[in-house]
Amino acid sequence: MLAFEDISVRYGRKTVLKAASATLQSGQVIAIVGPNGSGKTTLLRAISGDTRYDGTVALNGQDLSVLKPWQIAEERAVLPQISTLAFPFQVIEIVRLGAQASTTGHQDVIAQAALARVGLSGYANRFYQELSGGEQQRVQLARVLCQVWQPVVNGRPRWLLMDEPVSSLDIGHQLEVMQIARDFADQGGGVLAVMHDLNLTAGIADRVLLVHAGQIIADGTVDSVLTDDRLSNAYGCPIRTRSVPANGRWFLLPGTNAA
Amino acid sequence: MVALSTDSSALRDRRQTARAAHIWLIGLLLISSVASLAIGASGTSLWAALDKLAQGQELDLMERVVLWDIRLPRLVTGIVVGASLAVSGAVMQGLFRNPLADPGIVGVTSGATLGAIIAIVLGPLLPLAFLGTAMLPVFAFVGAWVSMVLLYRVATRAGRTSVATMLLAGIALAALGGALSGLMIYSADDDQLRDVTFWGLGSLAGATWAKVLIAGPIILGALLVSMTLGRGLNGLALGEAAANHIGIAVQRTKTIAILSVAAGVGAAVAISGGIGFIGIVVPHLLRLATGPDHRMLIVNSALLGASLLLLADVISRVVIAPAELPIGIVTAILGAPVFIWILIRSRGVVDL
Repeated sequence: MLAFEDISVRYGRKTVLKAASATLQSGQVIAIVGPNGSGKTTLLRAISGDTRYDGTVALNGQDLSVLKPWQIAEERAVLPQISTLAFPFQVIEIVRLGAQASTTGHQDVIAQAALARVGLSGYANRFYQELSGGEQQRVQLARVLCQVWQPVVNGRPRWLLMDEPVSSLDIGHQLEVMQIARDFADQGGGVLAVMHDLNLTAGIADRVLLVHAGQIIADGTVDSVLTDDRLSNAYGCPIRTRSVPANGRWFLLPGTNAA
Repeated sequence: MVALSTDSSALRDRRQTARAAHIWLIGLLLISSVASLAIGASGTSLWAALDKLAQGQELDLMERVVLWDIRLPRLVTGIVVGASLAVSGAVMQGLFRNPLADPGIVGVTSGATLGAIIAIVLGPLLPLAFLGTAMLPVFAFVGAWVSMVLLYRVATRAGRTSVATMLLAGIALAALGGALSGLMIYSADDDQLRDVTFWGLGSLAGATWAKVLIAGPIILGALLVSMTLGRGLNGLALGEAAANHIGIAVQRTKTIAILSVAAGVGAAVAISGGIGFIGIVVPHLLRLATGPDHRMLIVNSALLGASLLLLADVISRVVIAPAELPIGIVTAILGAPVFIWILIRSRGVVDL
């Protein structure tokens, strides 16, 4: 369980996030969506400890502010949106950085399995800096997977926090990464991802938090949160939602007024 | 799992190369040490002395003085100073996330030198007599530490170091340190002037057991602490936020890195003056050979730094024998072109 209560974040005098609260269950893929500047990335940054906040965040029942970084790292991994790297590390060396002291099984084997999971097993000895942006993003995902390789350990779920995990990927790899998130949740872990693409979100998320103007304005299933009026209002453009008749999957068409 | 084990056999693992390098570098250090003991301006022969010892004969006074009181403390000084400078360079580069950070280039050595000069010139006036001979290394440490903190504050914002700001701040720090040192020298008496001039040049020639006993333990402490920084510095290579996410205590890692560099550079400067380029050349060569993993890099830097400084010292004693060059000149002539080569190589990667 990942719970946050009354999270507020101020940059200078401007409040960018106001009293956000939610209790998230593992076994689900939970998406944070909202327009640019709504505070969705700030919410994730607060939960992952990258920015100062008022309020409390509890991971599996423990207040994060009293835990040491290595204790937190055992139970949750964070995939950044943008990664920079200082020295000429090889791909497999990056992935291995995710391994934790308690990583069960042989760490090197897990690192290679994680690399294979993102479809880059042939890239182990390539230099990270020589890869394309999309490939680098998948290497970072492999590092994060290596960190929380088993979604549940001793009955405690692990959490995967992702900031726009598909932002520089082509459509095939977008689906591949979403499938990895889906599998992680299906095996008992928790996934919380900031998502830009609403159609991709509609296809994967069990629960959606819609953030607008620094507040969570809606929280629930895809079809209950992503409604015409609410989306049109939040994103400031006319949007219609429909479901695909074949399997009931939700999708949106931006720029279309209700007929 | 079958597929995985096939993969692992095809995988090249640079950690194995780095571990093999431990052995090669220990061998190199042994050879350099023997060369350092055997080669010198006096006619004294290490081999003749060893021969005598093996036959149970007494060494004559000349042999004892040259080998025991001159060359051996010089050897030990060379090892600890070389190891300290190279490891300080590797740790600084990890901390600043940049291969161009070096105690000499960015003004930390100047800060330590200024501290040392203050200790020489103003020391007798200060009520710090209880520090005794430790005053010099203590002041050099404080000078190096203040420079490190200033540099980090100026060059790093939100965990990101601007290369341009770092190098420019280093130039400013070095200039300030030089000017203040000049001010000190201006008011120094003749004896102090001779002492001070020694620090400007950088040399192992003044090595004595007394100095080794003061600076040696500080440097060994700094080296041992640096060895624990490997995983933290590897994490910092991903950026501060990501390092924190994989369980690194970022602030603690940075504080320890700054203190160990300051202690290492301060103590090294206190006994041998400002010797440049070891800190940038050694880690760079090792990164090319065995990769940037700091857990391996720091150990190997200590070994290669010690060896290279001993060899540079041998060169400085041989080139214009029986006189000798200040070793700082030798390391600069050999190191500066390598530094420029590193700059050219990293032009594409490092955004100045």
